Amino acid sequence: MKIVIINYGAGNIQSIMFAIERLGYKAVLSNNPDEIKAADKVIFPGVGEASCAMKMLQESGLDTLIPRLKQPVFGICLGMQLMCNFSEEGNTNGLGIFDVDVMKFTPKVKVPQMGWNQIYNLKSDLFKGIAENEYMYLVHSFYAPLCAETIATTNYELEYSSALENDNFYGAQFHPEKSGDIGEQILANFLKL
Amino acid sequence: MLTKRIIPCLDIKNGRTVKGVNFIDLRDAGDPVELAKIYSDEGADELVFLDISATEERRKTLIDLVRKVAATINIPFTVGGGISSVSDVEALLQNGADKVSINTSAVKNPQLINDLAQKFGSQCVVVAIDAKQINGKWMVHLVGGKMPTELNLFDWAKEVEQRGAGEILFTSMDHDGTKNGFANEALATLSEIVNIPIIASGGAGNMQHFVDTFVEGKSDAALAASVFHFKEIEIKTLKKELKNNNIEVRI
Repeated sequence: MKIVIINYGAGNIQSIMFAIERLGYKAVLSNNPDEIKAADKVIFPGVGEASCAMKMLQESGLDTLIPRLKQPVFGICLGMQLMCNFSEEGNTNGLGIFDVDVMKFTPKVKVPQMGWNQIYNLKSDLFKGIAENEYMYLVHSFYAPLCAETIATTNYELEYSSALENDNFYGAQFHPEKSGDIGEQILANFLKL
Repeated sequence: MLTKRIIPCLDIKNGRTVKGVNFIDLRDAGDPVELAKIYSDEGADELVFLDISATEERRKTLIDLVRKVAATINIPFTVGGGISSVSDVEALLQNGADKVSINTSAVKNPQLINDLAQKFGSQCVVVAIDAKQINGKWMVHLVGGKMPTELNLFDWAKEVEQRGAGEILFTSMDHDGTKNGFANEALATLSEIVNIPIIASGGAGNMQHFVDTFVEGKSDAALAASVFHFKEIEIKTLKKELKNNNIEVRI
């Protein structure tokens, strides 16, 4: 199986590489369109600021490539947010894969949300064998509201989408690669899709 | 609900764990990677690696160690000690660290906080603040607490938040090593005046101290070293105790 992690200059890529290795697979880093298109599974990571990350995607032409991919694609954290229509962070237009706009938590809660929180109302093969209310590690200041594509819910200030799915596209707000053994199981589930 | 976090801190010197540890099942008690794995398996929510000699000796934190830890454990970890530039941080993050903690270098060059937050995102910038009370005022100290400054803890905390820090790790030097509990009054004030997570550090001696810092101190996370290293408190037991006190934890 060929796993490609999209390398566009944003993200803690090494942690995902290591997690995939712990699961017994190998991944390659790439920003090459042909290599990404030929992959069996594509992981789209990202940490940092949305408008900067989007600019980097545009500069490499990946903004048009990613929405056209046919194989399973997994956006993580900012990667997931960039797959949405729009983000309030830097008023950034996203890739439009998930039909939802990303908003900012209000100062009623500490921002960023940092730490372990539960995922529930799980609705996808991504969560095969995963119990309701398991804890995942999250670090984020912006969130995708609940929508038709929500496949996992988390509550912080309000209930929001901690994972999304649309056809072959999957997104997680949490970091499966940093969420202990259960997180690794979710990553393994994606690789088996 | 978002849980309170329990964070063991490992002091590192020359790539080895410094403080004596009391894990009988360890082949090599000085191996930070093996210790990290044990803590991760016991239910630690995060780990902090502090290169304690780094600031004084101006030595760079060990990249090799970061890589080995990141390859082995599947929970987040922070690296601190001797970090003074964007390129230092880049190397640590590229090798698998999730966050970095800066202390002395942030006071000497506050712009570093802005630069790091802009380049890597606030989520990976922890500002560590060591402070003690002088004439009733909490004053920031540097170089492992040896050098006093004119900075007031609360003013500095607000400034680091405004500059883009994602989290504050506050160590009370008045409480550190006493095992008499955390500086809950100051911690509660910090939680009121800033809107980023606060990690309590210094003073952990028993399980009730953790309960107190989460309830009275309003801390988001609690960090400790020796009570975990010497097995005076086991993380699994501590989390059960917290849960019994209606504190949300990941078990």
